[in-house]
Amino acid sequence: MSSINTSPGRAASLVSRFNLQQYVVYLGFLAIFLFFAIVLKDSGFLTVRNLSNIVLQTAPVTIMAIGLVFVMSAGEIDLSIGSIVAVAALAAAVAINAHGLLAGVLAGLGAGLLIGLLNGALVAYVKLPSFLVTLATLGLFAGVSRSMTDLRSIPVTNNAFTGFFGSGSLLGVPSLIWWTVIAVAIAHLIFRETRFGAHVLATGDNSRAASVSGISVAQIRLAVLTISGGLAGLAGLLYAGRLQAAKYTLGETDLMTVIAAVIVGGTLLNGGKGSIVGALVGSLMMGMLNNGLILMGLSVSDQMIVRGLIILAAVAVSLREKSR
Amino acid sequence: MNATTTGTPPVLQLRDIRKNFGGLTAIENFSLELYPGEIVALVGDNGAGKSTLVKIVTGVHAPTSGTIIIEEQAVAMSSATMARAHGIEVVYQDLALADQQTVYMNMFLGREPVNRFGLLDRRRMIDDTEKLVKDLDVRIPSAHATIRDLSGGQRQGVAIARATHWASKLILLDEPTAALGVAETAKVETIVLSLKQRNIGVLIISHSLDQVFRLSDRICVLRRGKQIGVRKTSETDKNEIVAMITGLQH
Repeated sequence: MSSINTSPGRAASLVSRFNLQQYVVYLGFLAIFLFFAIVLKDSGFLTVRNLSNIVLQTAPVTIMAIGLVFVMSAGEIDLSIGSIVAVAALAAAVAINAHGLLAGVLAGLGAGLLIGLLNGALVAYVKLPSFLVTLATLGLFAGVSRSMTDLRSIPVTNNAFTGFFGSGSLLGVPSLIWWTVIAVAIAHLIFRETRFGAHVLATGDNSRAASVSGISVAQIRLAVLTISGGLAGLAGLLYAGRLQAAKYTLGETDLMTVIAAVIVGGTLLNGGKGSIVGALVGSLMMGMLNNGLILMGLSVSDQMIVRGLIILAAVAVSLREKSR
Repeated sequence: MNATTTGTPPVLQLRDIRKNFGGLTAIENFSLELYPGEIVALVGDNGAGKSTLVKIVTGVHAPTSGTIIIEEQAVAMSSATMARAHGIEVVYQDLALADQQTVYMNMFLGREPVNRFGLLDRRRMIDDTEKLVKDLDVRIPSAHATIRDLSGGQRQGVAIARATHWASKLILLDEPTAALGVAETAKVETIVLSLKQRNIGVLIISHSLDQVFRLSDRICVLRRGKQIGVRKTSETDKNEIVAMITGLQH
């Protein structure tokens, strides 16, 4: 006799599977949207132009958030993404101006992947905590991007580059939206439907269980931090493309927004659970929040306070669910 | 019925196993044969060398000397992955399940089947899991259930089902009921007994002599790394085993 799939059991499991945290991002997104739609009715929040602007401005944050979903699902953290963005954007700008489009793209992505690989190697093989490793590389590469340029901004005048990564469009859809959609789709497929994705989750959930099951926990840690570095590099290209310039300040203040987007999107801080689509919605929510707060006339410092409070609330929900 | 008498070759033979850690001898002259369909219990006080022996059989430690023979072939195992390739599965005391993943993902942890596009074959994982938990009568709400929503007994049932799915030769149970209540222990013991019909060997480590007498066909006693003796469960009693474990006569 077996009680598998008997109706009481299934009902119980459906009830237990319904938890606030899974849906909080969608409810939050809706609530904030409605709030701004009503309050800012006359300030142009609901115009197509403003809404599409939100999506365009959010693209680099979404790309970074995707990388962080992999990292956090594996039970690690990457604090260095902001610095990687700046280094990658500057490397790309310098390479474009010297050798053209392809060199620029390779330099930007390469810089991101290499820093990610360095983070990953230190975590996976030297066995240092990712928090400390990426805190150190955050500072290290912030310094590198400053000294690389003497704090100057480097203009990017290559039209092909700024079109491809910034202001261009294909089939009437802006390139930044293409990048967002493609990155989310590929990452979602890898995260949800491949063995690699399953191993990332298992590593973050119970690294000993993963390890005795034959999963190379070290390789997973190396891989997620390299992915995160590479995607932060791509985010750097998107910034350089959209702003037609690279500067050491790019990405500097994004870390908090990215972490908030990922956690609000249902990825657990301690690993074992994550969502790419959730991170996208979380990221759009943070972008909408920024946009709405500016339209409401809040000062930069007030915006920071509100964002901080929302992150606190998100972390509280996330940890409460984990310890349930 | 005891396979010892039927003439089938043992699934596992340990011959003169010795393990030194530096100058310290953890195991000496250990020899044991395990037959298909047989449950052998390994008993001994803390520090007697049981966990070292488990680690040798599961490929975590290589023995300093001696031979491990699996179905009449001497093998050298240098990792848990190799032990698994030889058909040996372990159920750990602390379960080694990923709590926030589903039952079926745990069942296939590290060995997930993929379709021709390289994507996870969830249908197959779910079907195999449902069949297995049904066969073993592990009562869980569904293959989709998350591990952390299950009771301790259900979790251990899942761990044993996983081992059963992959083991072709031997399952090693390391204190399988140490963390469980009375009713759950009884349920897990029923599952363990049902493994006998699957013609695999079971080596169980347990601190509970009552359990050892309920489950095992033979009992092997270790004391301070030495093999004190092996007894048929039906031909011994608790007093004798306790005396062998402690080295004191009653």
